[in-house]
Amino acid sequence: MCLAVPGKIIEKYEGEAVVDLQGNRLKVSTALTPEAGIGDWVLVHAGFAITQLDEAEARETWDYLQQAFGDSTGQPAGDEDTPGTAP
Amino acid sequence: MTAAVAELQQELHDWCRRLGRRAQFMEVCGTHTVSIFRSGLRSLLPDNLRLVSGPGCPVCVTAQRHIDAAIALADRPGVIIATYGDMVRVPGDHGSLELRRAAGADVRVVNSTRTALQLARDNPDRTVVFLAVGFETTAPATAVAILEADRANLANFSVLMCHKLVVPAMMALLSAGDVPLDGFLCPGHVSVIIGANAYQPIVNQHRKSCVVAGFEPEQVLRGLTGLVRQLVEGCCELENVYAAVVSPHGNHTALALLERVFEPIDTPWRALGTIPNSGLGLAPAYRRFDAVERFGLTIGPDRDHPACRCGEVIQGKATPAECTLFGTACTPLDPVGPCMVSSEGTCSAWFKYGGATRAVPRETAP
Repeated sequence: MCLAVPGKIIEKYEGEAVVDLQGNRLKVSTALTPEAGIGDWVLVHAGFAITQLDEAEARETWDYLQQAFGDSTGQPAGDEDTPGTAP
Repeated sequence: MTAAVAELQQELHDWCRRLGRRAQFMEVCGTHTVSIFRSGLRSLLPDNLRLVSGPGCPVCVTAQRHIDAAIALADRPGVIIATYGDMVRVPGDHGSLELRRAAGADVRVVNSTRTALQLARDNPDRTVVFLAVGFETTAPATAVAILEADRANLANFSVLMCHKLVVPAMMALLSAGDVPLDGFLCPGHVSVIIGANAYQPIVNQHRKSCVVAGFEPEQVLRGLTGLVRQLVEGCCELENVYAAVVSPHGNHTALALLERVFEPIDTPWRALGTIPNSGLGLAPAYRRFDAVERFGLTIGPDRDHPACRCGEVIQGKATPAECTLFGTACTPLDPVGPCMVSSEGTCSAWFKYGGATRAVPRETAP
């Protein structure tokens, strides 16, 4: 799906960052969001931070994902699908 | 249902009552389709409001000729296919990638182009072909991978370019005029990249309302309410109810990358035919990473399953329930068409969430 998941940048390196996705840590590319820094919230899609967003929006999205998908990855439990490619 | 959802639902019902006629909107994005089913919104919609799913599931819109090309590549000696998961099970003319893998082909599911590049670095004596499907949300990741492969001179990495652009497909659907539409619920995360203003030509040229919305039930309801309100008020505008995430102009960095690495090309879509400037090809400077050129592939004709109606489903011309294969010969366990394979495919959503339960008559063109 084209679903992107919000996470908070906790470490930053050249072109990469470690993002906290509700406890899951994932290294993502910041090639599309070079201005994002530690403490910023970003939307993560297919291993890339695609935009920054504010914390309130990020938390709202998380609440929905957890309610709808039931786990912290934003992926439907039991589905094998990779994070999205739909719009 | 939360109080906020209940309130928004009431507001939508009020506007629909004021409208006093039927309205039909298209949710373009597969993630919207799934969200609408999963949250139960579909069963709560006013009787005179109909939603049809559009061409917003990348696997579903990929032309059969590209699926067959990917499967043919998997059979080449020394090739590793790197692909997002949904592509693996789409049936082609000679089985699926999953079946080819069972027969010994090396097909790896990756969740990022970064992993595909790493596969190429880790396997210097093999060649990695990444299946580049997806819309503008996903295409920038391919662009970054191409630039990195170019910088590192990774000669054993190439891509099968199947990336598609959302707006040209929406315009093509309107020009064909087969499905009467009163407006579009526009995709949330594609719009993060392309910006809300990208839909302005649809408003200007086709006089159809466009509302960009997120995927949470509240946002979907706000989007639908915006669409109905515009009809009631007799206006036709571009609205963005997902402004916390989607800006008017999109992600400049991502758009610049797309511009640098790709060029717009005419590309074939499942059932929609070839739509001018609706796809992305590699710009001349990066064409050496094009799998079609590298392997001298011949892209053949589309050999779609004769009874499969996925092509009509992605255009909003048919519902899954109108397909004789749906739920019998075609199920998520043994899919015939891509709309049943992909988790965001309309057939998959109908099968999983029982979308057939709501039988609002579909409007057809006069």
